Amino acid sequence: MIPAAFEYSRAHSVTEAVAQLREAGPEAKVIAGGQSLLPMMRMRLARPAHLVDVNAVRELDYVRVEDGHLRVGAMTRHVTLARSEVVQRHLPLLAEMASEVGDAQIRSRGTLGGVMAHADAAGDYPTLATMLDAMIVTDRRRIAAGDFFQHLFTTPLDLDELVCEVVFPVAAGPRRYLKFRRRLFDWAIVGAGVQRTEAGWRVGLTHVGPTPVRARGVEAALASGATPVEAAAHASDGLEPTSDVRATADFRLHLARVLTRRALEQAA
Amino acid sequence: MGQTLRLKVNGVERIDEVEPRLLLVYYLREVCGLTGTHVGCDTSQCGACTVLLAGAPVKSCNMLALQAEGASLTTIEGLAAPGELHPLQTAFWEQHGLQCGFCTPGFIMAATALLADNPDPSDEEIGRGLEGNLCRCTGYVNIRKAVKAAGEAVRAGAAAPMGG
Repeated sequence: MIPAAFEYSRAHSVTEAVAQLREAGPEAKVIAGGQSLLPMMRMRLARPAHLVDVNAVRELDYVRVEDGHLRVGAMTRHVTLARSEVVQRHLPLLAEMASEVGDAQIRSRGTLGGVMAHADAAGDYPTLATMLDAMIVTDRRRIAAGDFFQHLFTTPLDLDELVCEVVFPVAAGPRRYLKFRRRLFDWAIVGAGVQRTEAGWRVGLTHVGPTPVRARGVEAALASGATPVEAAAHASDGLEPTSDVRATADFRLHLARVLTRRALEQAA
Repeated sequence: MGQTLRLKVNGVERIDEVEPRLLLVYYLREVCGLTGTHVGCDTSQCGACTVLLAGAPVKSCNMLALQAEGASLTTIEGLAAPGELHPLQTAFWEQHGLQCGFCTPGFIMAATALLADNPDPSDEEIGRGLEGNLCRCTGYVNIRKAVKAAGEAVRAGAAAPMGG
């Protein structure tokens, strides 16, 4: 399967990428790792008229810790996140998630910024960003994760706006992220993440709706002394997942509760 | 409209004019004539098209050729000198790690990257390292044996695990 024809330009800096996007107009799209975009283009689900390739934007490939925050450049690839000692020390849940995205080949290419901007409901990092109140930093503003994931594949990014960085709070306490999937390299049918922070537990859910969900009911129950079993019963509160070929809505609600309980029980 | 692509394939510098939508796998097969890299599922799941990009395994059906600008690529043809076999190729042969052989180049390239990181992988580590590759006839038992045998050969001082 061959994508429809498009124009291609390569950016070497953030400034250049934004200028190229602006010049190419509303039918342009950014390509980072391309591990989601290219399959969509080959199936003609996406037909951008112009791709701005940001793989040569070296200034966006970094991981650093500053003032209690882990700052990760948008072009940092999954394999780098998984292996980074800085990430393993300051936000190990991010490294653990990264080591289970897709397969080894996908992890060589896919990027943190690409996952954020793509905003697939089954993406793992958006759940972590949402549950920890991370900030998505673009070339022009900072957007809280809670405001960033608006709907399926929908974010507030302008057509010529580039995701540059994600800023997570550091958290190295007990944590666990579990995905239910049929094959090792599949997207999560449902995922549940838990992270103990100084302010208590944070709990997030993947693929139980069009956007990632912070399970505040579970967090509140844990804060008032509930056991993992009691707290996890709240994981499906207020959710309205849809049914698809992989899981019915009811099964997704069940998975949300079971995976949340297991994640809390296994958190280390 | 073609754009200039400069890269190194199996140690050889190349300059070609390519269309932006040309996928890396078709560039390798049809422009470079390196047909050892296979197109299997064409949906970036099976891993038959795996090549090494600066030593990292990538699915060449899921990359534009132009995204390899300036990179150094290794395909199955570049793993060993002509007439010779890489330890993984020898091991897949000796351990019967293939039946029809269609998935084999991709498995060997993914396994090359795996052994470069970890020359003594456990069964679990081999399973994880090769999770992006599918075999539809032999199954994975002999493939795992082959990777282990190649790891032993490499550790015993055969050719280095990284090709070209």
